[in-house]
Amino acid sequence: MRKDDEQARATAEAVARQSYGKLVAFLAARTRDVAAAEDALADAFASALAHWPRSGVPDAPEAWLLTAARRKLADASRRRRTASNAEGHVRLIAEELNAVRDETPIADERLRLMFACAHPAIDAAMRAPLILQTILGLDAETIGSAFLVSPAAMGQRLVRAKSRIKEAGIPFRMPDAADLPERLDAVLEAIYAAFAEGWTDPAGTEARRRDLAEEAIWLGRLAASLLPDEPEAKGLLALMLYAEARRRARRTADGDYVPLAEQDPASWNADLIEEAETLLSRASRAGVSGRYQLEAAVQSAHVVRRVTGRADWEAIAALYGALQAMTGSPVVAINRAVALAESEGAEEGLALLDEAAADARLADYQPYWAARADLLARLGDAKAADTAYERAIGLESDPAVRRFLQQRRDALR
Amino acid sequence: MKYMLLIYGDETGYDKSTKADIEKVMTAYGAYGEAMRKAGVFVGADRLKPTSTASTVRLADGKTKIQDGPYAETKEQLGGYYMIDVPDLDQAIIWAARCPAAAHGRIEVRPIWEM
Repeated sequence: MRKDDEQARATAEAVARQSYGKLVAFLAARTRDVAAAEDALADAFASALAHWPRSGVPDAPEAWLLTAARRKLADASRRRRTASNAEGHVRLIAEELNAVRDETPIADERLRLMFACAHPAIDAAMRAPLILQTILGLDAETIGSAFLVSPAAMGQRLVRAKSRIKEAGIPFRMPDAADLPERLDAVLEAIYAAFAEGWTDPAGTEARRRDLAEEAIWLGRLAASLLPDEPEAKGLLALMLYAEARRRARRTADGDYVPLAEQDPASWNADLIEEAETLLSRASRAGVSGRYQLEAAVQSAHVVRRVTGRADWEAIAALYGALQAMTGSPVVAINRAVALAESEGAEEGLALLDEAAADARLADYQPYWAARADLLARLGDAKAADTAYERAIGLESDPAVRRFLQQRRDALR
Repeated sequence: MKYMLLIYGDETGYDKSTKADIEKVMTAYGAYGEAMRKAGVFVGADRLKPTSTASTVRLADGKTKIQDGPYAETKEQLGGYYMIDVPDLDQAIIWAARCPAAAHGRIEVRPIWEM
C-alpha cells in the first residue's frame, strides 16, 4: 500500500512539474516576466502538489492549473484597490491567463525559457539554479542547499537574475543558427552543472543533492526531446545516464570508496546503460562529435567491461586525446595519461603526466597526485609514490576516498 | 526597447593618431550610423569631447562643488553614445558588436528606463 502511495505521489509530482514548467514558460515568453509568471502559478502549483497524489492526476492537468491560477488572480485583483507598481504585470499576466484556451494544448516554450535562463548576459553560476527553478518549480531553499548556498542568498540571486531577464530585455527565442552551438552549450552546461552537484554526494546521504542529479537527467531528457536534431543534447543525456548507472557502485555497503576500475559491473544499472548506449549511437549518426558525446563515448568504453571483462583502454586514450585537443583541459590530460598507462604502459602514462604538470593548477588537484602516485608505485618507485600519495591525501575532502588513498599508501610500506 | 550603447575607450589613442587614421575611423562611424538609420533602429548619438574638458559637480552643504576632470579617473573613458530602439538585448548586442569602437574599446549596453 505504501508503495502505491509513493508511486501516486511521484506520478502526480512529475505531471505537476511538467505542466507547471510549460505554463511558466508559456506566460514568461509572452510577458518576458518570469517572476510574475511564477507568482501567478505558485498557489495553483502548490495546490496541485497537495491534491493530485490523493485525488489522482486530472485528465487535463494544464487546464486544471490554469483554472486554479485564474481564480487566484481574480481574488487578488478584487482585494487590490489601488494602482501599484505590481498592477501592470499582474494585469498583463491575467490577460494572458485568460487568453489561453483550455481545450487546446498550449505551446511548449520551455526550450526558449531555458535559452533565456542560460543567456550570456546571465551570470554563468546562476544559469543552472534559474533553470531548476523556472522549469521544475524547485524552491530557493532546495536549490540553495544543493549548491551549498544559503536559501536567503540563493533566493536573492534568483530574484535578481529574473529581474535582469525582464529589465535588460533578454529574449525568449531560439538563437540564430550562427549562435546556436555556443548558446546550446550554455544550456547543456547548466544542466550538467546541476547533475554534477547532485553527483558529488557519493554516499547518497544528502537526499537533496541526490535528487538534483535526477532533476538534471529529467532536464536532459527534456532538452534531448525538444532538440531532436542536436547530437550534443543526446550526448549529454547519455553521459548523465552512464554516470547514474554507476551511482551505487561507487561505495561498498560499508561506505568504502570503490574506484571505477574495481567496480563490479553486475552492480551497474543495466537499463540505464542500455538507454545511454542507444542515445549515443543515435547521436553519433549525425556525424558531428562534441564534448558530451566524446565524454559519453569514454563511459561506453568503460562499461564494455560488462561484456569483454576489460575496459577498452585504447579507445579511452584516443577519446581523451580528442577531448584534450578540443578543450585543452588539464583534467582531461590526466585522464588521458591514466588511460595510456593501461594501454601502453605506466612509463608512457607518467611521461604524459609530467607534460601535464606544466599547468600550475594541477599542484592542488587531487586526481593528479593520486594518478601520479599509482603510476610511480607500479614502476617500483615506492619513495616518490609515497610522497605523491601524501599530497593526494592532503587534498582530498571526501573521507572515504581519503581512506582508500591511505590504504594504497600503506600497502607500499 | 530602447538601449544606450555607451562607448568606452582610451582617449590618449586619439592624440597619437595620424590624420589618415582619424579619417578612416570617421568613415567607419559614418557607415555605422547610416546602417542604424537604414535599419530603422537609430534614435540618437553624440560624441563627447575628451575628459580634460569635463567638470564634475556635486552639492555639499548647499554649496556647489566643482572638480575639474571626470567623475572617475580611469584609463578607459566614456567617449560617446548611441541610442537605439530594438526588440531585445540580443539585437542591441549585435549593434554594439558592430560599433567601430568595439574592436579596441568597450561598449556598455544599458536599457533605457521607460517612464
